[in-house]
Amino acid sequence: MNITVTVNGRPYTRDVEPRLLLVHFLRDELDLTGTHWGCDTSNCGACVVWLDEVPVKSCTVLAVMASGKEVRTVEGLERDGELDPVQQGFTECHGLQCGFCTPGMLMTSRWLLDRSPDPSEAEIREAVSGQICRCTGYENIVRSVRWAAEHSSREVAQ
Amino acid sequence: MQVPANFEYAKATTVEEALALLARHGDEARVVAGGHSLIPMMKLRLARPEALIDINDVAELSRIRVEGDALCVGALVRHAELLGSAVAGEHFPILHDAERVIADPVVRNRGTVGGSLCQADPSEDLSAAFAALRATAVIKGPDGERTVPVREFHTGPYETVVEAGELLTEVRVPIRPGGSSAYVKVERRAGDWPLAAAGAVLRLADGRIAEAGIGLTAVRAEHFFAAEAEDALRGAVPSEELFAEAGRIAAAHCDPGSDQRGPADYKRHLAGELTIRALRRAYERCMP
Repeated sequence: MNITVTVNGRPYTRDVEPRLLLVHFLRDELDLTGTHWGCDTSNCGACVVWLDEVPVKSCTVLAVMASGKEVRTVEGLERDGELDPVQQGFTECHGLQCGFCTPGMLMTSRWLLDRSPDPSEAEIREAVSGQICRCTGYENIVRSVRWAAEHSSREVAQ
Repeated sequence: MQVPANFEYAKATTVEEALALLARHGDEARVVAGGHSLIPMMKLRLARPEALIDINDVAELSRIRVEGDALCVGALVRHAELLGSAVAGEHFPILHDAERVIADPVVRNRGTVGGSLCQADPSEDLSAAFAALRATAVIKGPDGERTVPVREFHTGPYETVVEAGELLTEVRVPIRPGGSSAYVKVERRAGDWPLAAAGAVLRLADGRIAEAGIGLTAVRAEHFFAAEAEDALRGAVPSEELFAEAGRIAAAHCDPGSDQRGPADYKRHLAGELTIRALRRAYERCMP
């Protein structure tokens, strides 16, 4: 069936089977391979994208469900060539090793900071508790999000 | 790669439209909302509906409101929305306790209250919470609306009273003064299904327990509640000894099985201990 999904502000129209999952629509139909396809069972969180401003696991959403809606992926984080503070934080604090979980971690972290600009360590851990870093680099992921929080608020203050 | 088998797909925007689509597609149609149980089952061919009726855009099912002396929770309310609802938490802390430990925050953004009840997983948390609260399920179908107590909603594992062509639209929870509630769960890791969990609802009058609700999940308690433990509590003066006795009765009257989450005797122990903890917390919350 014909669907139109707005991804990172740009509408895409495609003819898809109803059984196509959103993660595969993004990666295979739109070539937006920043979103990673991981466990396929909504456990690992590598595939997290925003659907109408809310993070969801895109391996458990049908592409047809996103028709007429707005999707934001990791490719939509940077603005005018500037990395988002969470991307910068992961760079500064060694928040990734293999990088497989990173897109999902970034999307959830951005959402957390939008709602809670100065989150505690416990809040950060709770926010990413549905996402698995198989390198077990959680300490640095938490530090990266804190870095983003501190540097975002500094920018606002300036 | 796990992909569901082919199916027809239709999107509804009103309850009437959803019912018309269900009627048109017949017995092999399934309603999909959050899809966090149904889509994984379809990937594994544990479910193979010929048609999916998507109700994610049925806005009228997304409301949480107080109507008369009941809290009405729409079937499409996301777990995250129930957790974020001040009015739900004010009247029924058990719902916030339970939502805080259902899956993880991202899954809670998508999964729905109605979907959880209709999935009828024997380890599901809200089924026990709503059973403890003596909530009522509102079901709409081609012949109009009917209500069923949540305590009669589940007819077995993965089976409910909702028939083909029908739609669960709302859960109504009676608001009664003078009480409180709590939910306690033990899981192996963050976001997992429970080894066991217990919910307690207490209403006090003149220093005695006027009404008690005990919900249990994952321990094969019939219809997710512990009737015998409730009988022991009703009319009694609250005390640690009484709660211990209720826990002992609740543990004796459930029937957990051994599986990869744990052995039966451990789950039975948890059923008793978590009943005690839930009662204790609910009672503390009754105090001004």
